[in-house]
Amino acid sequence: MSSKSFNRLRTVFAHVLLIFLSFLCLFFFYILIINATHSHAELQRGFYALPGTSFLKNFNSVANNGEFPMIRGIMNSLIVSGCSAAICIYFSALTAYGLYAYDFKLKKVAFTFIMMILVMPTQVTAMGFLRLITKMGMYDSLLPLIIPSIASPAVFYFMYSYLESSLPLSLVEAARIDGAKEFRTFNQIVLPIMKPAMAVQAIFTFVGSWNNYFVPALVIQSKEKMTVPILIALLRGADYMNRDMGKIYMMILLAIVPIILVYLLLSKYIIAGVTLGGVKG
Amino acid sequence: MLFVQKKRKLVNYAKWGYIFILPFFVSFFIFSLIPLVDTIRYSFYEYYRSGIKEIGPNFIGMANYASLIQSDMLKYAGNTLILWLIGFVPQIVIALTLASWFVDVRMKIRCQQFFKVVIYLPNLIMASAFAMLFFTLFSKTGPVNSILMSLGVISEVIDFMRTAFGVRTLAGSMNFLMWFGNTTIMLMAAIMGISPDIFEASEIDGCNSTQRFFRITLPLIRPILAYTLITSIIGGLQMFDVPQILTNGQGNPDRTSMTLIMFLNSHLRSKNYGMAGALSVYLFIVSGILCFIVYKITNDNDPDGSKAAAKAKKKRGER
Repeated sequence: MSSKSFNRLRTVFAHVLLIFLSFLCLFFFYILIINATHSHAELQRGFYALPGTSFLKNFNSVANNGEFPMIRGIMNSLIVSGCSAAICIYFSALTAYGLYAYDFKLKKVAFTFIMMILVMPTQVTAMGFLRLITKMGMYDSLLPLIIPSIASPAVFYFMYSYLESSLPLSLVEAARIDGAKEFRTFNQIVLPIMKPAMAVQAIFTFVGSWNNYFVPALVIQSKEKMTVPILIALLRGADYMNRDMGKIYMMILLAIVPIILVYLLLSKYIIAGVTLGGVKG
Repeated sequence: MLFVQKKRKLVNYAKWGYIFILPFFVSFFIFSLIPLVDTIRYSFYEYYRSGIKEIGPNFIGMANYASLIQSDMLKYAGNTLILWLIGFVPQIVIALTLASWFVDVRMKIRCQQFFKVVIYLPNLIMASAFAMLFFTLFSKTGPVNSILMSLGVISEVIDFMRTAFGVRTLAGSMNFLMWFGNTTIMLMAAIMGISPDIFEASEIDGCNSTQRFFRITLPLIRPILAYTLITSIIGGLQMFDVPQILTNGQGNPDRTSMTLIMFLNSHLRSKNYGMAGALSVYLFIVSGILCFIVYKITNDNDPDGSKAAAKAKKKRGER
């Protein structure tokens, strides 16, 4: 009997801790949303628990601000993240299929090599990367932020694991017997089977690219090409005390809202996808 | 006949394998391997810019490496470690606790899905925007100070950005908030992978929940725990966005929250290629070792290998 009441006590404690942690996770975003709806003058006076009426005013002053071209930045970020996600999942699926479905001499070497660089940080090659793209004439353009995502070892590994569990090779054989060419087999038979894996990885690649700051900040110089994280950094570097606080909150809100929206719509798949990428138990 | 067919397949289709994996390797070769070689090469050169004059490249051997050791690099490595620890220790403790609660049928946690969605949310938030948000919220005139004042918790505003303790705690807590949900979900999947038979058997043997956690759950999820630890160390090594934005790239006060990548970033911005190269090589060696460990762990978990290991462990557990 005492163990039963002990268990109940544990359950209550667990809920208290969970509610506290959830509060921590949501509290800051709550303040962010509330403060983005207040004007600078209101914010100077103190903190409000309820939303104000200056949402549109703040939004307009962010949209019309030439110093921090936020709308342009969001467009740039959308282009970079969207293209990165698209080519990353297509070529990762292609690589995974190539290594899974075919037998060739260097197969084992190629696979081992990718597994070795699975978690290699991109920062260690940043210097050479910067010099290389300068020589190639791609400095200060969005291309070097997109093209390298063709080679994403972690996404490849995810796709490979997925293929192992869900693509019977007999299906490929059958397509061959029916006279399909190899690329056609991949595009019309393998890709549809991989849709769930590709959707999950598209989301993660998109989010990763949207949030990426280190490399874009080194590559992009001109204001009209800046992505959102660089603009946020620019905002931090600017003379902070003289700024319109309502506008600052609005800019931060705009930087994270697209991701939160995607997350709320797809949270079920995203959470299920987190574990699939890691080690299988 | 079957054998002949198989042999023919090898001859016929091998080239498609190469064609399909070609884009990956070409892209990797151009955008990672060439830059890596270039980085390593210039780490042996005196090559920097002073004003508009470019000095070098002159070969100077290991001089860059030596002067980095004598510079503040080790201090920055220490900072990185401290920032990582402040985030990681509570993260792994909380994640282990939550994960074991979530899968414990007798705990009957309500609204599991809701809690999972909420605790994973900060992981997807743009780290730089999150840091900017914290900087604004915790500034002297920010809402956190004004809430604490009106609640009567403090009588004078706290300048979090003025002390090393304040900045490090903020950066560490942000890392904690951003990663504990992710770790919880990873560990939860690991615990759910343990065969329920083992838990049942332990129950019959009169195991209580504490014993069950330390004697069964922990040893059985050790591979994933190790994986989480190593990937978190690699993530910690790359720590940049949060302290960079929080301190505007200065690592203030007195560069106590300057991380290694922030150091690299400042060398890259001042076009000090020799030093940046040498620093990159140091980072490359450390992360190379960590990558190798990850490789070992993931390979041990190959479908065949893991089953054998699980069987051996199961036998040991039942005895």
